[in-house]
Amino acid sequence: MNKDISAHNLSIYVANRPGALARIAQTFSRRGFNIESLVVSPGATGDFSRMTITAKGDEAGLEQIIMQCSKLVDVLACREHTDEEVVARELVLVKVAVDSGHRGEVLQIADHFHAKTVDLSEKSIVLEATGSSEKLDAMVDLLRKFKIIELVRTGKVIMARGERET
Amino acid sequence: MSENQMNGAEALIQSLEKIGIEIMFGLPGGSAIPLFDALYKVRRKMKFVLVRHEQGAAHEADGYARATGKPAAVLVTSGPGATNTVTGIMTAYMDSVPMVVVTGQSVRGMLGKDAFQEADVFNLTMPIVKHSYLVRSANDIPRIVKEAYHIATTGRPGPVLIDVPKDVGTEACTVGLEAEMNLPGYKPEPKGYGPETIRQIAEALAKSRRPVIIAGHGAVLSRAENELRQLAETLDAPVATTLLGKGVFPDSHRLSLQGLGMHGTAFANRAVVECDLMISVGARLDDRILGVPGEFCKNAVKIHIDIDAAEFGKLVKPDIRCRGDAKAVLQDLLPLLKRGDTADWLKRIEGFKKKWPMGYAKKGGLHPPQVIDALNKLTGGKAIMATDVGQHQMWAWQFYHCDKPWQFISSGGAGTMGFGLPAAIGAQFGRPGETVIAIVGDGGFQMTMNELATAAIHKLPVKIILMNNHYLGMVRQWQDMFYDERYSGVDLEGNPDFVDLAKAYGILGLNLKRAADIPKVLKKALEHPGPALVNVEVVHHEEVYPMVPPGKPLEETVLCHPRRKPGRPAGRKNSRPAKAGAKNA
Repeated sequence: MNKDISAHNLSIYVANRPGALARIAQTFSRRGFNIESLVVSPGATGDFSRMTITAKGDEAGLEQIIMQCSKLVDVLACREHTDEEVVARELVLVKVAVDSGHRGEVLQIADHFHAKTVDLSEKSIVLEATGSSEKLDAMVDLLRKFKIIELVRTGKVIMARGERET
Repeated sequence: MSENQMNGAEALIQSLEKIGIEIMFGLPGGSAIPLFDALYKVRRKMKFVLVRHEQGAAHEADGYARATGKPAAVLVTSGPGATNTVTGIMTAYMDSVPMVVVTGQSVRGMLGKDAFQEADVFNLTMPIVKHSYLVRSANDIPRIVKEAYHIATTGRPGPVLIDVPKDVGTEACTVGLEAEMNLPGYKPEPKGYGPETIRQIAEALAKSRRPVIIAGHGAVLSRAENELRQLAETLDAPVATTLLGKGVFPDSHRLSLQGLGMHGTAFANRAVVECDLMISVGARLDDRILGVPGEFCKNAVKIHIDIDAAEFGKLVKPDIRCRGDAKAVLQDLLPLLKRGDTADWLKRIEGFKKKWPMGYAKKGGLHPPQVIDALNKLTGGKAIMATDVGQHQMWAWQFYHCDKPWQFISSGGAGTMGFGLPAAIGAQFGRPGETVIAIVGDGGFQMTMNELATAAIHKLPVKIILMNNHYLGMVRQWQDMFYDERYSGVDLEGNPDFVDLAKAYGILGLNLKRAADIPKVLKKALEHPGPALVNVEVVHHEEVYPMVPPGKPLEETVLCHPRRKPGRPAGRKNSRPAKAGAKNA
């Protein structure tokens, strides 16, 4: 049914009240949108939160979700941003199983992606990298030839460029 | 008692009074005792009505609001008391009815610990409220009550829930009743449009030769009936009303098409099919109106006026969207309008009306539309009609003709059986001097008939017209038409003697069994000073027509039932239409 299923970046500025997240999450789930990532963090001022949601679904459904979210009493603004309009960043922590034989190769990949080694043990290494989601995807893909023990990503955070509001 | 000695419960009751709530419907329980204690101690003017089941409380508050335009409050206890209101809250939410629901809750320290009568009502009701609160401190109460009332009554109205833990009710409230609202995200603008939009609408209307106006509940809520009439008369454009818009444009007006949609008039549906422009004033264009959303007014210019931007494109993509209060929009639009050039179009519509008039059977038993028609004549179309949900509801919509809004009260979006009687009770509280009639079926009536007690105790002169066909008639109609007469779960065998039932409550009960007795019996009920119930033994098998079958466009409005030979075995269906050429409008 949904032909055009693409990922969308939404930024929601919301009063920090109990239930606000649940109301927003319900708006997505009721309309069959799958939330890929969700980041909630304090806003720049006072009692407000900034939510950054990456979700997959069709355009018509997205328009409904934006309008339904906008009309929630706690929501001040709900906007969609294309990749070009924003700076988008994500952080990943990845724990790779390595013995001394492969450590050098893993560190080489880390170096290429400007990842930091944040933990090192005899059998594993934990790398931390930030950047666009695509860059992190590329790094993780390369690391897959070794055994990835654990992977944690923060999800995308975005900020509009220039004078534009997020 | 000075204000700074109040507890939370007293602050709540006083705040509700201060904000203008005039009536409260409810039923107590353990967690709500502090709230009821406050009701006992500090209530001054606000009326309290004790119901027999909490669903009735919510529907009564709903009926009160739909008859008066003013919200009422609901006061119930935690857990089952609160969950019993859920159907009523959902009914109000679907139909944009303002309401403030106050639920008791377990003490704060027990929340989430499965305490006695604890239910997470805040989360349970989240998808069916406009907004909700779980009160965490007594000092928040004056602000929350003010916000709740404001949210419930402004923009697109709706129910707001306030969940009050028992110990918040007993905690001291030290802030006084004057409170500032803090709603940075809430912007119910009456004018979310600019002059450019109004100009576009005026231009589109000027070009149209076959316009149709659809008026819905939004036109009622914004009290736009005069502007709507001016719009129709200036454009010389016909007006169809939705179930909830009934009366906002007079049914008796020469430009009225009456109702449209699944059980609308064939001429309204045909006009919508043939129009070159559709302007919706406060109707959300739901699936019962549209037939097939993609086919609805496919070749017409579609203008959608709604206060809720989320309605634009939900099912129908409008060519011009105008977000605003219906009255404000029409006031801005009217000065730009030119006289419509629609003589040919109106002539064609007159033809539709002659070709497909509304009618009903009069022979072979008692037919519900006959009774509605008689009520219409006896009350001069001036009664407040509260309906339940089902076939009788559609017949009431079709055959009771209203010329005023706030007069036809029906559960549209939710389709809640059991709504009729309590809604009529609420309406009667709101408009005590007027005739209030509850049109109910034997199915829905039995869902909330415990509210007969409320009508009896308060001597409310509600007239209950019970269309008793011993069936869940609307479902049976669908099983008849689309499921090869497999009547499953629709036979209401074991109905009580409703006249005896009424008498048991001290209510006048009358039987109506013959068509010849219709005026006599209805008159007796209408003239009775107190509540009355008329058990109307109608024919068991009768279908509501016209009908747009589900999943079909308005073009395929069916006018009458394909007749079957009697005694045909179940599971087989005669597909031969009744009258050649009469099947499709």
